Amino acid sequence: MSDQDTGETREVTINYYDGTSRAAEIVDREVPYPDGKLIVSRTDPNGIITHANQAFVDMSGYTREELIGTNHYILRHPDMPAVAFAGLWETIEAGKKWHGYVKNLRKDGAYYWVKATVIPNIRNGKLVGYTSVRRKPSRSKIKESEELYATLM
Amino acid sequence: MAYNLTVSPDFAPDHISGWYFFNTWLQRQLEVGVHLELYDCFEQQRKDIRSDKVDMIYANPYDASMLVRELGFKAVARPKARPDETVIAVHADSPYNTVEELPEGITVATTDDPDVHTMGMIMLEPADLDKSNITTKEVDSYVVVAKNLLNENAQVGFFLKDGFDELSDLIKRQMKVLVSSQISVVHHVLLVGPKMQEFIPTLQERLFSMHQDEKGQGVLSSMDLDQWEPMTEEETEFMIDLIDTLVLE
Repeated sequence: MSDQDTGETREVTINYYDGTSRAAEIVDREVPYPDGKLIVSRTDPNGIITHANQAFVDMSGYTREELIGTNHYILRHPDMPAVAFAGLWETIEAGKKWHGYVKNLRKDGAYYWVKATVIPNIRNGKLVGYTSVRRKPSRSKIKESEELYATLM
Repeated sequence: MAYNLTVSPDFAPDHISGWYFFNTWLQRQLEVGVHLELYDCFEQQRKDIRSDKVDMIYANPYDASMLVRELGFKAVARPKARPDETVIAVHADSPYNTVEELPEGITVATTDDPDVHTMGMIMLEPADLDKSNITTKEVDSYVVVAKNLLNENAQVGFFLKDGFDELSDLIKRQMKVLVSSQISVVHHVLLVGPKMQEFIPTLQERLFSMHQDEKGQGVLSSMDLDQWEPMTEEETEFMIDLIDTLVLE
């Protein structure tokens, strides 16, 4: 759990890049990343989730049915700067692999940190979607990312 | 014309004879000559794959990427319920009880099995450990990885979970597991090269019913497999994409 956790709850409106928004209750409580697991999801080229493994379901707090067909940005935590995701999309749309540290928002308002890698899925030369694999980050990388992202908000 | 079959060198030595039984079974089913070539190390096997000396391979998931995407191999089957998982273990008396407690400068005993090594390194990341601040000692087998831990020539060992489970209880009792991966979608796969692809329909038909007759079941159990199951092209591509996210950044 992060030293900064207060357990406090706040109401936040999260604005997404496509102009939509939602009201979310944010709880300042970290859920530890489980040892030895990978969170795996796939999306279509527009970021709509098409596959979610059990670790993703467990950590996000959503059911698989809730995740499939939803935009991946449902996980976006308001503490994550928009510029981080702009860099992600710029990289993967150029056909390259992206990786970075991400604070994800759970359905219950708590959060979890991941080291995420996203790659484009190319079939017969055509982009059919993206695969994202998340793994356990170190505490030092989380601390560095918290400090960096705070300056980018 | 005889074809060449090979097996990823990470199979357990106890099952060598099983692969010879499988080769005999295969020749009877396909009514063609198939030669089984086994290798001690990945490097020589990869060299022969690149030299077009392999027509069928029970490949580990890391090599599947090269075989499918670069060399035109196709997945015909995968073993049912046999995911490749990795275990990180230490000596039972080690002061370390979690990965996060492991300090810089430790020596890690590992094998040349690319999947296990890659996953092992990923599971060390929470401790801020990478190849720049640890020493790796590459050895020939999981038994030797265990020996290095017991003799305290290494503080940490990477094991294929199946390899760890097959160690004797006496050895296992002298080690403790810090973490065991639970990925479940990464596994070995039976692949067929371009020259043998005309046999795929027959091969799949026979492989998927192999566990239903006594002889086939005997061969499977000698390879420590329960049964073969279908693996679609998309499932294969998905597994390769997943592996790609884990290697080289």
